[in-house]
Amino acid sequence: MSAPLLEVSKLAVRFDTDEGSVHAVNDVSFTLEQGEALGIVGESGSGKSVTALSIMGLVPTPPGHIEAGSIRFRERELLGAPERELRGIRGREIAMIYQDPMTSLNPALPVGRQLSEIVRHHLGLDRREALERASELLALVGIPNAGGRLGDHPHQFSGGQRQRILIAMALSCDPAVLIADEPTTALDVTVQAQIVELVKELRDRLGMAIVWITHDLGVVAGLVDKIAVMYSGYVVEQAPVRELFAQPGHPYTVGLLRSLPTFGGERRRLTPIPGSPPDLSRRVDACPFAPRCDWVIDRCREEFPDLADVAPDHGAACHRRDEVRDASALVDATP
Amino acid sequence: MSAADGNGALLEVRDLVKHFPVRRGLLRRQVGAVQALDGISLEIRRGETLGLVGESGSGKSTAARTILRLLEATSGQVVFDGEDITAASKHALRGIRPRMQMVFQDPYASLNPRKTAGSTVIEALEVNRIGTASDRRRRVDELFELVGLSPRLRNRYPHEFSGGQRQRIGIARALATEPRFVIADEAISALDVSIQAQIVNLLDDLKQQLELTYLFISHDVSMVRHISDRIAVLYLGKVAELGTSRDVWERPLHPYTLALLSAVPVPDPVRESQRERIVLPGDPPDPADPPSGCRFHTRCAFATDICHTDEPTLRDLGTPQAPHIVACHHAERVRGSHGNGKEIIP
Repeated sequence: MSAPLLEVSKLAVRFDTDEGSVHAVNDVSFTLEQGEALGIVGESGSGKSVTALSIMGLVPTPPGHIEAGSIRFRERELLGAPERELRGIRGREIAMIYQDPMTSLNPALPVGRQLSEIVRHHLGLDRREALERASELLALVGIPNAGGRLGDHPHQFSGGQRQRILIAMALSCDPAVLIADEPTTALDVTVQAQIVELVKELRDRLGMAIVWITHDLGVVAGLVDKIAVMYSGYVVEQAPVRELFAQPGHPYTVGLLRSLPTFGGERRRLTPIPGSPPDLSRRVDACPFAPRCDWVIDRCREEFPDLADVAPDHGAACHRRDEVRDASALVDATP
Repeated sequence: MSAADGNGALLEVRDLVKHFPVRRGLLRRQVGAVQALDGISLEIRRGETLGLVGESGSGKSTAARTILRLLEATSGQVVFDGEDITAASKHALRGIRPRMQMVFQDPYASLNPRKTAGSTVIEALEVNRIGTASDRRRRVDELFELVGLSPRLRNRYPHEFSGGQRQRIGIARALATEPRFVIADEAISALDVSIQAQIVNLLDDLKQQLELTYLFISHDVSMVRHISDRIAVLYLGKVAELGTSRDVWERPLHPYTLALLSAVPVPDPVRESQRERIVLPGDPPDPADPPSGCRFHTRCAFATDICHTDEPTLRDLGTPQAPHIVACHHAERVRGSHGNGKEIIP
């Protein structure tokens, strides 16, 4: 088997703030094959966005520091690589879309110009070719009358259309990897469905790999092949999508699924995860989920659980992973 | 559908209209900038939770603010507990306001960062001239315990709390005046998933304990279904459908409701792979220039000629016990269109 397209291993990112160091990403590892879709699921502060920014080389330094680890793309190390080499990869081979399209688009420039500048820069097209490509791209992402709208400014498009324009920008150089950081969070549910369907269709058509970052397990359920669940800067569970939903092996994943309302059938009281997300400035040699966990035993407060296999291709960072997985298979953990 | 007073309605909204002055030119297409209500009527019964769903521009938040008269209605009536709020004098409003409160979306923005949690809640009592200084302090402790916060936390500032705790403070502030009716406007949208369930359960418990009536506004359709007894679906400032939670979710009559439900993601990869999604073409129309006839016809798979010209009236296709109201010429066809083959409704 050849090396994966993208391989993140043992990544650790720290932010130094006035109130001390925040360990935003700890020991995060995953791989992405050609055409594969990975969902990274986590709540605010889980480290999911910092992981994405690290791949894009966009961690602001200072205050951020990549402390350890490696990010390899097509077997080339990105961490510490010369800026010139990276410029040919980021934006071109690995492209990213963000949550808020308005902050990623220049409000003062027509979208046609913003799109054509990217393709001129990366693909060396002349002005006319670049505008033609821009129009093709807008049509590809479903903007009606694409050619006639190249002169329009971002505010002349709706929120959903602006997200489509960002996707068009990301796709402009035919990337091998598309990283999407909560691209539908700010959108209405029917517009979210449009964007998810668009990305699915583009993935089938263009064969790119996808990293979809979200707090919403529902959005990725129908979209990705495998999921990494992050908590407190760690990947606490990683599994193929169906396995993860059918037999989660980490109490946090089980808790996330149980805190959602049921679909169909009688209404039952929600089962929240008690407590609050952890304080990342304190790093303890213990399971970060222990204070909120139903399954907690003394060992959890003394020893950090490694992400170890609970089933083939299915890792869980829990001392009681086997018991949790067995129990979650018995009761229906999914809503 | 306006019912006589005294049949259990705590709040009645009659043909409520709110039009904002429209600025043309550059701002015309900005989503969310123009929101309007165009004649909505509904009632909220004592002790029930009415859920309000709809997308940006549907008028959900305008409805909330116009009901509380934070915005002046263009026309129409809001009657709360027998009193016409839309016509009430400033003096009369001061007597009504404490009984109607609102919990806001963003606990970060709605709390004063320079005020301690305790003084935020005390302020609500002071403004409404409730109790003596020592009464107020005691009441704050009670309210903190009621929403699941330790009274010891009352001298802390908002930034010292987590998002969920801040929303609890927002709820304590809303409950300070012992309201009968609470509007929760996207009250859980800014919270993490694991915390949303805590707050929803808290709202449920408080409703039982204090016999509250809720208007629960959210774009999260599955959470609205969970918490609501009945659901009203708004589209471009009009009620598209209104019925029991169960009827609206399981037997939707409006094509827009059907599309909305089909777009709700289900956290189950097996079911997701078997679902049929109705992807609405295009974007919601400009509320400043709504389409003729039925406002949804430009995006509707069921639309025929009549939908372009005639605005559908509200019809009741439910039962006397459980009215199920819809504004669609083709509601019967919509009802017959799902339930077979691929799963549309989650």
